[in-house]
Amino acid sequence: MTRKRIVLTVLHRLAILAYVAFALFPLFWLLKVSVTPTSLLYTEGIRLWPSRASLEHYAFVLTHSSFPTFFLNSTIVSASTAVIVTIVAALAGYAMSRFVFRGKYWIVGLLLLTQMFPLVMLIAPMFKMLSPLGLTNSLTGLVIVYVAFNVPFATFLMQSFFDGIPKDLEDAAMIDGATRFTAFRQIILPLTLPGIAATLGFVFTAAWSELLFALMLISGNQATTFPVGLLSFVSKFSVDFGQMMAAGVLALIPACLFFLLIQRYLVQGLTAGAVKG
Amino acid sequence: MASITIQSITKTFGTVPVLHDIDLSIADGEFVVLVGPSGCGKSTLLRMIAGLEDITGGEIRIDGRRINEVAPKDRDIAMVFQSYALYPHMTVADNMSYSLKLRKTARERIAEAVGAAAGKLGLDPLLERRPKALSGGQRQRVAMGRAIVRHPKAFLFDEPLSNLDARLREQMRAEIKRLHKAIGATSVYVTHDQIEAMTLADRIVAMHGGIIQQVGNPLDLYDRPANLFVAGFIGSPAMNFVDGHCRSGAIETDDGSRIAVPGGIDLAEGQAVTVGIRPEHVRIVAGSGAGSYTARVDLVEPTGFGTIVHVRLLGQDLKIYTLERGAAEVGEPLHIALDGDRLHVFDRETTNRIG
Ligand SMILES: Nc1ncnc2c1ncn2[C@@H]1O[C@H](COP(=O)(O)OP(=O)(O)O)[C@@H](O)[C@H]1O
Ligand SMILES: [Mg+2]
Repeated sequence: MTRKRIVLTVLHRLAILAYVAFALFPLFWLLKVSVTPTSLLYTEGIRLWPSRASLEHYAFVLTHSSFPTFFLNSTIVSASTAVIVTIVAALAGYAMSRFVFRGKYWIVGLLLLTQMFPLVMLIAPMFKMLSPLGLTNSLTGLVIVYVAFNVPFATFLMQSFFDGIPKDLEDAAMIDGATRFTAFRQIILPLTLPGIAATLGFVFTAAWSELLFALMLISGNQATTFPVGLLSFVSKFSVDFGQMMAAGVLALIPACLFFLLIQRYLVQGLTAGAVKG
Repeated sequence: MASITIQSITKTFGTVPVLHDIDLSIADGEFVVLVGPSGCGKSTLLRMIAGLEDITGGEIRIDGRRINEVAPKDRDIAMVFQSYALYPHMTVADNMSYSLKLRKTARERIAEAVGAAAGKLGLDPLLERRPKALSGGQRQRVAMGRAIVRHPKAFLFDEPLSNLDARLREQMRAEIKRLHKAIGATSVYVTHDQIEAMTLADRIVAMHGGIIQQVGNPLDLYDRPANLFVAGFIGSPAMNFVDGHCRSGAIETDDGSRIAVPGGIDLAEGQAVTVGIRPEHVRIVAGSGAGSYTARVDLVEPTGFGTIVHVRLLGQDLKIYTLERGAAEVGEPLHIALDGDRLHVFDRETTNRIG
C-alpha cells in the first residue's frame, strides 16, 4: 500500500524531472555555448561543459557591438507595448464584460477576425501605411504595430478576468457614492491585478521576441531590436555562435526580471482565470 | 429619511416586459416588503429605485423629487445585496467607511460612524479582518453595517437573508426588525419568503408576473387575500383550494359535496368559483353532524408544535393543521367542519376574491 504510493511518487517526480530537463536543456546549451571560447567550440562540440569557460563573448557583445542599443530599443518597445496594450485592453475588456451596446457582436467578430490572418500577409500593407507617415525605421512605428496586433487577444483575456468579478461589487460601489469610473478604478481594478499582470507578461514577451515586423520595418541600427540584432551574428560565411548565445543569454535577463516581478500575481491570475464562474 | 413614490413604472429587457404599470407609495419611515415568487420582478423594481436599472416608463420620486435620471450615487440610498457584495480587498472597517470616504467626510466623523455601526451590529472585534476571513453571518452583518454607517434616505434590501442557514436567518430577521425600530428609516425589502414578509413588513406588496397583486398590512393579506395568487402564496402550510359551482344557494364541488355559501357573498347560479380554506381553519369535530364532513386520514405530518393531517375530501388532498396531537390516525375516519366566516371564495374566471 504505502510502498505502492512511494513508487508512484518517485515515478511522478521522475516524469516531472524529465519534462523539466527537456524544457530547460536548450537554455542550458545556450549558456554553455556562450561561455565556450571560440577555439574550443568546434573541437569540443558535444561536451556538456567546456574544459575552459570564459566570458570573452559577453565582453565583446557589451563593448564592441551595438547590442546595448538593441537591448534598450527592445526594452522601450516591449515595455511601451505592454503598458499601452494593457490599459486599452483593460478598458475595452471591461466594456465587453459589463455593457450591452450596439454593434457589440460585430466588434467581437472583427477582433476575432484580426487573429485569423497569418501576419506575413500584412507586412506589405503595413509597410505601405507606415512609410508615408515616417513610421518605418522608428520605435514608435513598431510600438503602434505591436499594440494593434496584441490588443484583440489581450482584450479577450482581460474580459475573462472581469467576467469573473461579480457585478454586484460595482453596483454596491455606485450606491455607496462612486461613479462607474471610480468604482472601476477603486474596486474592480485592484481585484483584477492578477489579470493585469498576466496580460502585461503575455504582451511583453510577445513584443520582446517579435522578429518578423521588426525585421521588415526597421533597417538602421538606430532602431533595431534585439531579435533582429541577433541576426547580425550570421554573416554570409559563418555564424558567430559564441557571441550570438551570449547576446541571447543577456536578452533573457529583462524578461526573467519582469516575470519575477509579476510572478506572484501571475500564478494567482492564471488559476483565477481557470476556475472563474 | 424619505418617502418614495412609484408611478406607472414599466420595465422591459429588450422586448421582454418584466414589470407592468407598477404604482406604489412608500411613506417616510415605512418598512415595505416586496414579496413574490422568483422571477416576478421584485429585484428589478428595487434596482430601479436604486438607479441600477433604467426606467422604461413611468416615474420614481424620492421625497417628491423625480429621480429617473439621477445617478445611483446621488440618490442617497443604501442597499444590502443577497451576495453581500463586500469589497474583497478591503477590511471590514474600510468596507463600512467607503461611502463616507467618497463623500469626503472628516476622518474623525468616519471613525465615529463606523464605531457606532460596528457597536450596533457587534462587529467591533472584526473591523480589521477581510471579508474572506468572515463567516456568512458575519459578512451579512458587515453588509448591514455598510448600509447604516451613513444615514441614507432609504434602505433597500435584496433578499439579504437568503444565503444564511435557517437559524441565523431567524436571528437576523429579528435584528433587522429591531434596527428598523431603532433607526426608523424608510426601507424596501425584497424576499421570496412569505414568513420574512409577514414578520418584517409594515406593509406587504405581493407581486406576481410583474404585476402588483395586493398591497396591505400582513394580516390583511392573510385574512383577506385579494386573489387566488395571494391566497396561495401567503400562509404555511398553504391554503386548500376546492373548485366548484354555485348550485341552488350552495357551492357544489366537483365531486358532488356541498359547501354552504358564506354570509355576505352573492353568487350567480352556475358561477364557477374556487373556495379557499386555510389548513388551520379546518376544525376536527367529535362526531358527524349537520354541515360536517367525514373523510379518511391519508397522511399525518407532525411538526412538533402542530400536526398537518392530509385527508381525501372534496375531491382532493385537503390539508388540516391542528394543535392537538393524536387527533388523527392514518386510515381512520375523521369528522371535520368548515367555518363559514373563514372561507374565502374566489371567482374562477378572474381569480379575484368575492365578498
Ligand atoms: N439584465 C436582464 N436582462 C434580461 N432579463 C432580465 C435581466 N434581469 C432580470 N431579467 C428578467 O426579469 C425577470 C425578473 O427578474 P428579477 O427582478 O430578478 O426577479 P426576482 O428578483 O423577483 O426573482 C426575470 O424573468 C429575469 O429573467
Ligand atoms: Mg431577485
